[in-house]
Amino acid sequence: MHKIIYKKQLSDDMFWMEFEAPYVAAKAKPGQFIIFRVDEYGERVPITMADSNKEKGTITLIFQAVGRSTMLLSQLEVGEYVQDIAGPLGKPTDVEARKRVCIVGGGTGNALAYPIAAGFKAAGATVDMISGFRTSDLIVLKDEFESVANNYYLCTDDGSAGEKAFTTDKLKALIEAGNEYDEVITVGPPVMMKFVAKTTEPYGIPTIASLSALMIDGTGMCGGCRISYEGETKYVCVDGPEFDASKVDWDVLIARNAYYAEEEKEAREHICRLTGGTRHYE
Amino acid sequence: MNNQMNKTPMPQQEPNVRNKNFDEVALGYSREDAVNEAQRCLNCPQHPCVSGCPVNVRIPEFIAKVAEEDFDAAYEILTSTNSLPAICGRVCPQENQCEGKCVRGIKGEPVGVGRLERFVADYHRETVGHAGVEAVACNGRRVAIVGSGPAGLTCAGDLINLGYDVTVFEALHKEGGVLVYGIPEFRLPKSIVAYEIEGLAKKGVKFEHNVVIGKSLYIQDLLDDGFEAVFIGTGAGLPMFMNIEGENLVGVYSANEYLTRINLMKAYLDEYDTPIKKHEKVVIVGAGNVAMDAARCAKRMGAEVHVVYRRSREEMPARNEEIEHAEEEGIEFHLLNNPVRIIGDEKNQVTKVECVKMELGEPDASGRRSPIEIPGSEFTIDTDAVIMALGTRLNTLICNTTEGLEQTQKGGISVDEETGATSIEGIFAGGDAVTGAATVIKAMGAGKKAAAAMHEYLSK
Repeated sequence: MHKIIYKKQLSDDMFWMEFEAPYVAAKAKPGQFIIFRVDEYGERVPITMADSNKEKGTITLIFQAVGRSTMLLSQLEVGEYVQDIAGPLGKPTDVEARKRVCIVGGGTGNALAYPIAAGFKAAGATVDMISGFRTSDLIVLKDEFESVANNYYLCTDDGSAGEKAFTTDKLKALIEAGNEYDEVITVGPPVMMKFVAKTTEPYGIPTIASLSALMIDGTGMCGGCRISYEGETKYVCVDGPEFDASKVDWDVLIARNAYYAEEEKEAREHICRLTGGTRHYE
Repeated sequence: MNNQMNKTPMPQQEPNVRNKNFDEVALGYSREDAVNEAQRCLNCPQHPCVSGCPVNVRIPEFIAKVAEEDFDAAYEILTSTNSLPAICGRVCPQENQCEGKCVRGIKGEPVGVGRLERFVADYHRETVGHAGVEAVACNGRRVAIVGSGPAGLTCAGDLINLGYDVTVFEALHKEGGVLVYGIPEFRLPKSIVAYEIEGLAKKGVKFEHNVVIGKSLYIQDLLDDGFEAVFIGTGAGLPMFMNIEGENLVGVYSANEYLTRINLMKAYLDEYDTPIKKHEKVVIVGAGNVAMDAARCAKRMGAEVHVVYRRSREEMPARNEEIEHAEEEGIEFHLLNNPVRIIGDEKNQVTKVECVKMELGEPDASGRRSPIEIPGSEFTIDTDAVIMALGTRLNTLICNTTEGLEQTQKGGISVDEETGATSIEGIFAGGDAVTGAATVIKAMGAGKKAAAAMHEYLSK
């Protein structure tokens, strides 16, 4: 059982939560993920960590309450417990030996981009951060990015805050303006990451994408998180979660991630209709 | 002495009833059945059955006690070498082990050793239970077990009995390894696994779940923390695929994933959140125990199930009983067929499997006749899911994070076969983490050997 020691609602459906998880915190590095299970009936859900604190023995998750498990998680309060947290899983971000990087975050992906940005900064790189959101209500971590990034570019699809632009347009503009990046790192919806990869391709800039996939154990047993990668099969849990974005078969990933979309929709409606948001414990 | 040529029949659920529920298929012997079957044992002087058992259960001795209706004494004899008899009685491939060597099997059927083992363990659980099980006096010396599958549980059981302070680390949220995530409820009820684990806990074994050794903690951390010896029983790793076109389409699963959703995550029960599809038609590729488990689960989820296997019935690696049960339950077998490609629609969803017909040629490295494609014999099977049950690779999490831990050519942890000792002093290993995918009882045998070797090492 893992106690919740801090909770903040960042937007309508985005939450920041800090949990006691000493084993995970002791080894956690930027880019790694954990698997949580909200209670005895819950799914095993992978989420990339937003932060960790070895001294306090805590980890931070920033998540969007979109599925049944994340909705149930969002309803827990400080002092309450989540059933399981296992990790840190996956390989950490390689932050060494980069002079200048551009990080492109989309939506919730921005939360996961934050520790990556901080990791590069701590390793001595110059960090440009492009944060994209649909609209101003959804913006998260603006202050945090402003303090950690050398240049912070805020974009919204509707222009309600920052620049009215897609992240890929902004990235292209920065590259065209002569900014030279050793690497571009992208975290966000797969469709956005696919187009980030397309944007950097003509310039030959190495581009890394942090993927989320459907997963059960997260330790290299079930094989559910596999992706097609330059004709080979790779596993997000043990080979990733970060991959060369130019080699990922994005359409396969998008299709595989949507496999349980109907069941998820039903589960969400079920939560709202039957229990008004919480689970029935008999 | 009972001259009955065949085994006393095992009461079981009717095929057309059981293929719609997840309750246990075999219902277990009654007292009368057990005594009758025990009387078939000749108690022959060579007792070849014992040498066929990886943990050397004193088979004729426990069976003699069953024949005398002294079931408690039978249980004592059984558990003197086997710490998980209720599990072994259900899942061991007895036909290749104890029963395969039984003299009664020369003319007629061998003695039903597995069924008797199960009866004795179940009888004890139902009549005595954990009453009288107490914490074992502890010698204060700490040992760590990595993984709570059959190898780890056996090793933990033997070491706690020897007085060690035993901690078991499990990566998942629940203990039991393949016994809980892999083998389905209808073959091995999870309450039995939980009971065995509870027994170990009562004796003083500590269980830490959600700790992934090689990620959350390294082997070196365990040594630094004061563990004097470590047993690695982490089981097998990533599932194997065929490397054919279409394997990453939506609707293609590894058997590990499909079974884990059902068994560990209980996706077939309404109150659990993990989703599972109710497919109309499912193709299973492979013919081992895992393939049979996946096929029979898919059947219980309501699908029409087809097993595709490239060799013939004779070469199928699954236990006979599993194959027979699968056939009775209405699973269709397409033997001497091999998938060559999986075909999907515009949404990347599986729609068909293209197969080719095979014939058997000369024996290959495994000693089985090797399957050869018959050119031009391709055909397709319409399906909405494909489950690959082709075995597993080795998990490298621990090897990658433990300096000096040598691996075999195949990527397993390299050990001394007799002791389970690895290339690092004080670190032992066994089970699928060493051999690649094998059986529960072989893993238990390895856990047992390693426990003895660890005791010897720590007694120096």
